[in-house]
Amino acid sequence: MTGGAATQDPELLRRLLRAKDRMDGASQEDWPVRRLARVSGVSQAHFARSFKQAFGVPPHRYLLTRRLERAMALLRDTDISITDIAFRTGWASLGTFGRTLRDVTGENPGAIRAQARALSRAPGRVPTCVLSAAQRPDLRIAVSEKRRRVAGGINGSDE
Amino acid sequence: MSQGIEVIGLYVRDQDEALAFYVEKLGFRVHTDVRNGDYRWLTVQHPDQPSFQLGLFAPGPPVHDAATAQTLRAIVAKGAMPPLVLTVDNCRSAYDRMRARGVEFTQEPTERFGNVDAGFRDPSGNGWKMMEARRL
Repeated sequence: MTGGAATQDPELLRRLLRAKDRMDGASQEDWPVRRLARVSGVSQAHFARSFKQAFGVPPHRYLLTRRLERAMALLRDTDISITDIAFRTGWASLGTFGRTLRDVTGENPGAIRAQARALSRAPGRVPTCVLSAAQRPDLRIAVSEKRRRVAGGINGSDE
Repeated sequence: MSQGIEVIGLYVRDQDEALAFYVEKLGFRVHTDVRNGDYRWLTVQHPDQPSFQLGLFAPGPPVHDAATAQTLRAIVAKGAMPPLVLTVDNCRSAYDRMRARGVEFTQEPTERFGNVDAGFRDPSGNGWKMMEARRL
């Protein structure tokens, strides 16, 4: 249990949800805290703290999971080139995209595409939003922290 | 009288606000609106679906203690309740109509897998997917 959300004002939560919805709707765009805070109508410091308390992850990490989820869906379901996917899903360069995806999933974009095709199945009657949420990468720690742990050879050790 | 599900309820933060939203913006009709003290049983209905009622219920006494009601209001407000799906004949025209009435859309009509869908929320935070009925 995270506990904290039940003590947050529902009116504030509703406004934080609006910022989360906006990221969901356009995850390829830049979402600095200043912009998100404006959507929610709160100060920047208040926004970052409240968002994490409400949704369990900092806003920039939430955005990252949405970008990766979209990128993986495009790798899986389309023939769009990997470079195009990188730019369409909000990365400034192909290198950053590839590195982040590798850090999170352990695979290169090309390998993810090949594996997904091997396992391809019909989407059936599950609404796409639910399907995409089910395939969202679960980022419990920051990507930078994950990188640091791998680099330091302490992957999997306790926190 | 056939058998089946008759009522499924949503939690809403304010029943008057929810009633206005579902009736005026979505075109539902009031089915039942009765009070007993603080308690209000309020259900609405899609005009094409007379055997089903959508309950618009407010967390609070006498059903919930204050802490439980607060938790439920928080869960709804952060969009953590299960998704709802509305089927329409034409997603893009429904989107235009509803948007003109002030519905908060979270996703514009998008074509996926040969079907068009959009997303919106009610004022409380309940999330709806609006899908075009498949023509078979």
